[in-house]
Amino acid sequence: MSDAPGALTRATVMTGRSLLLSRRNTDAVITSMMLPIMLMLIFVYFFGGAIDTGAAYDSYVMYVVPGVLFLCAGFGSATTAVAVSEDMKGGIIDRFRSLDVGGMPILAGHVVTSTVRNLVSTALVFAVAVLIGFRPAATPAGWLAGATVLLAYIVALSWISAAIGLLARTPEAAGGFTFFMSFLPYPSSAFVPVDSMPGWLHGFADHQPVTPAIESLRGLLLDQPVGNTPWTALAWAAGILLVAVALSGALFTVRTR
Amino acid sequence: MSTAMNDVMIEAEGLTKSYGRPGARVRVLDGVGLRVARAGVHALLGPNGAGKTTTVRILATLTTADSGTALVAGHDVVTDRRRVRRAISLTGEFAALDETLTGEENLRMMARLSGLPRARARERAEELLVRFGLGDAARRQARTYSGGMRRRLDLAAGLVGSPEPGVFFLDEPTTGLDPRSRRELWQVVRDLAGRGAAVLLTTQYLDEADQLADRVTVLDQGGIVAEGTPDSLKSRVSGHRLDLVLSTREAYLRLAARAVHHSPETRTLGIPTDGTAAHARALLDEIDPHRTDVDRFSLHTATLDDVFLALTTAATEAPAHV
Repeated sequence: MSDAPGALTRATVMTGRSLLLSRRNTDAVITSMMLPIMLMLIFVYFFGGAIDTGAAYDSYVMYVVPGVLFLCAGFGSATTAVAVSEDMKGGIIDRFRSLDVGGMPILAGHVVTSTVRNLVSTALVFAVAVLIGFRPAATPAGWLAGATVLLAYIVALSWISAAIGLLARTPEAAGGFTFFMSFLPYPSSAFVPVDSMPGWLHGFADHQPVTPAIESLRGLLLDQPVGNTPWTALAWAAGILLVAVALSGALFTVRTR
Repeated sequence: MSTAMNDVMIEAEGLTKSYGRPGARVRVLDGVGLRVARAGVHALLGPNGAGKTTTVRILATLTTADSGTALVAGHDVVTDRRRVRRAISLTGEFAALDETLTGEENLRMMARLSGLPRARARERAEELLVRFGLGDAARRQARTYSGGMRRRLDLAAGLVGSPEPGVFFLDEPTTGLDPRSRRELWQVVRDLAGRGAAVLLTTQYLDEADQLADRVTVLDQGGIVAEGTPDSLKSRVSGHRLDLVLSTREAYLRLAARAVHHSPETRTLGIPTDGTAAHARALLDEIDPHRTDVDRFSLHTATLDDVFLALTTAATEAPAHV
């Protein structure tokens, strides 16, 4: 008999699996990559002319790109919920469990895959953004900090997605749930300054988790003062991740009892 | 590898299990016990909801019983579930495969998860694909497989990392398969047992139990209705019955209590017989001395389904051990 594989082997195999599944599910991957690009083009060319983002920005494209990058993370991680839900529907979870593979390696495999997918689509969106006139002015430290904040959100959102995948009864429902998540960037400073929104919305828009992330990414990429916002953003991401991991662990146990 | 020193690979006693919220709990398993020896096939036979799958899930450590004990390959399914998991292969009613992965990829993944190094995993996957007649389909996605191929791949996946001979749990392995694929799968199961494996399979089909199993446990509503060899079960329900079409309603009602088969709309009753001419003649004379009550008769040889129905509908009576 062979020895039981270590936790790392399990997680690696599970990641390899979901990367393969993802590669075979090109429709969903392409959709999740194209949507943010289309939205970016719509905002920049259709609405952009009418949006006043203040004197700090040469053009709307300079303002909107960080928001689009987060929108992209939302769309990209939604696929995770569907993939996890598909797993729970079939018999494969029992097979994995009978091989002594628990919930964490399975979910981690999906989250790592989601992160890889998101990084690819982020690069794509970024490339298109540069083509249509986005000119970042970040310092090397700024690039690093910006990438860290974005990565932290991608991981946190992916893991929340995984938890949603466990919560939903069907893959269709899982897809629906995550739709809400991809709307989170709208009531924030992602596309228009919060000042332009009705007063009652300010409280939410200023303090919701996506706002500090977008603010700090925008500041860092354009080399503007950001103060503590990157730390606030990272704290949010860490908090979301913690809750998501704990929640998904508990949900997995309940769903497989 | 530590297996039991004796030949009993699966041993369960007094398993009970209830589901649902407190106050509205449904008992799905009520004192089920069984023993399966090495190189043996044991069938759990019963209708939907009889508790077959729950029994398998308990023995395969996927769920825990409320009470009762079970040893698989000599290990306790609760306190030693890790060892149990490494000794068993499980194939469920729904194929546990990734549809968009190829047969080969599916098997290699399972082999890796069982702890085989990469190169060994590839070899093992190839070996099993050939053995299960899937060599030509190895590089096709599993979603393009027929029902029978899928089931064989699923079996191979359950087998890939386990030490053979091992312990197999096959939960409704042939449900939904065409007759030819069923026969092919039966051959696979026979081969497994031939190599020394202990196989516990659940089925709704008596002919399947009859073909494959050396012992059968009939479950109904969570309890054991009968247990024994297929032959002893068949002999328990008399092999033949005389179907009588009665001339009057009165005659039908008078004789109804003796019958094992009732069909009021055609006024037909089935009375057990051993099928000999002497018994049939005596029976007819006895129940119809004036030769006016019985219009027609036919000799009906009990099908396995009759046996099954007779056993499971008698569930409320005392369980019989044959």
